[in-house]
Amino acid sequence: MLELSARAAAEAIDTGALSAAELFEAYRARAAADRDAGEDGLNCFTWVAEEAPQEHAGGALGGVPLAVKDLFCTEGVPSQSGSRILEGYLPPYTASVVARLRAAGAPLLAKTNQDEFAMGSSNENSAFGAVRNPWDRGRVPGGSSGGSAAAVAAGLAPWALGTDTGGSIRQPAALCGIVGLKPTYGAVSRYGMIAFASSLDQAGPLTRDVADAALLLGQMVGRDRCDATSLEFPHPILAPSAERLDGITLGVPAELTGEGIEAGVLSAFQAALARAQELGAQLAEVQLPHAPHALSAYYVLAPAEASSNLARFDGVRYGLRAESAEDLLDMYTRTRHDGFGPEVKRRIMLGTYALSSGYYDAYYGRAQRVRTKIAEDFRSAFEAVDLIVTPTAPTVAFRLGEKTGDPLAMYLNDYCTVPMSLAGIPAISIPCGHSEGLPVGLQIAGPAFSENRILEAAHALEQSIDFDGAPARV
Amino acid sequence: MRATVIARDEVLHVARLARLALSEDELEPMARELSAVLEHVARIGELDLSEVPPTSHVVEVSGALRADEPRPCLPRELALAQAPAVSDEGFLVPSPQA
Repeated sequence: MLELSARAAAEAIDTGALSAAELFEAYRARAAADRDAGEDGLNCFTWVAEEAPQEHAGGALGGVPLAVKDLFCTEGVPSQSGSRILEGYLPPYTASVVARLRAAGAPLLAKTNQDEFAMGSSNENSAFGAVRNPWDRGRVPGGSSGGSAAAVAAGLAPWALGTDTGGSIRQPAALCGIVGLKPTYGAVSRYGMIAFASSLDQAGPLTRDVADAALLLGQMVGRDRCDATSLEFPHPILAPSAERLDGITLGVPAELTGEGIEAGVLSAFQAALARAQELGAQLAEVQLPHAPHALSAYYVLAPAEASSNLARFDGVRYGLRAESAEDLLDMYTRTRHDGFGPEVKRRIMLGTYALSSGYYDAYYGRAQRVRTKIAEDFRSAFEAVDLIVTPTAPTVAFRLGEKTGDPLAMYLNDYCTVPMSLAGIPAISIPCGHSEGLPVGLQIAGPAFSENRILEAAHALEQSIDFDGAPARV
Repeated sequence: MRATVIARDEVLHVARLARLALSEDELEPMARELSAVLEHVARIGELDLSEVPPTSHVVEVSGALRADEPRPCLPRELALAQAPAVSDEGFLVPSPQA
């Protein structure tokens, strides 16, 4: 039963061929074993359910258990966003999207490890230790949703929730050889997600295949009265069935498919393009002239928003408080010194600097204008093509520790994913081949609310590529 | 925009703004790493953006207002349950001027 896709498992439960309680227990035992293995495991989880839910809820998701990134608030269950400053925090309420999925029949299996406050591309920034890549334990799973991606790839969870601010679903999905989708900004409620950069954060599915991503996403979208930026999705998310790409034009942006991309990744990408042509797709070159500046704009905007969002962690209402402070200000500054890790401190400093008097216009103001140009670039491109394709990440999974000493090198991981985040448009990563024996991800992006189109194209390519994820199963 | 190399004094000033204590051995690495990122980021200074409006929100939202219906809020004991220190049904903090 552990070999079944989530959708197949849900169908088997529906017909009575499989018991939801048995399925839950099988995954629960595997997740608990990884948690208890310590250094010998993958370190995917920060919390694992003690027992199966008393009642089988049924619903569209059939009772198939769900792993959830640590930063989603879950009532009475530790929700720490990978940070020492929130160690042991038990929220008084559950994030809207998690509640929605539970009601639709996806009970909470486990909370997954992540980079602290979702800041990172390797999952090495977690206060609860690095996650290991199931394809090669000496390598990173990507980040920041690294625990979710590794758990799904290793078969420790049928599917998982992640969040994506600049690539934090797509990049770990690529590095772990699974499917990850970042929806249109506003498609999914952010209520109860511990915020990183509110104008960019978006929850999405990490799954073994494209059909599972569509099934989970279909139950996630929709307006929520608790998130004023959430929107009613204009149409239902459909189960993808396409096997051909006839009549589809795929745009290939030179800016994101050349310089800076590893040779092995490029060749897997080129092979995927050739495959798309065999399936009937037309290829067209498109220009995204401001895409090379996206990373710079992102590393102003996201830290600026983070520096504001993380002001709430001050030792007053929840989480860590530094002992024996001299006065209130001393308590704030020492709590934040002791509670935040190095990368979070760096981003708070960067964001505070960019917003500070004398620098606001030069950094934050300019970055907001670059964001406008990037959104315009995509709008023009989508007048000529249906979808845009790029490699998801410039490299395959790198070695643990390889980039921790050089923040800028780490940030370059987000080169291909950040432009879509700034434009607020949806994008998926699917495994498209190997380089050095490690998975390579193909990113497919479309205009706002084109998730169905993206899922159909991803499905056709997935069926044709027939990527084998078995080597990663634990 | 100048290609800033952020100095130690400026790091301390920004840390004060951010309510973040930094130890002596964190200062030099922080100055170096921030400078490297800021130099990269400064490339957006090359673009002509004078006629471009800023974007703060990517998706058009209209009518985001909802009906003003009273709803129960978080009970006091739940709101206080995770606090490091409480007193008299409120959050207890050190005096601002100890």
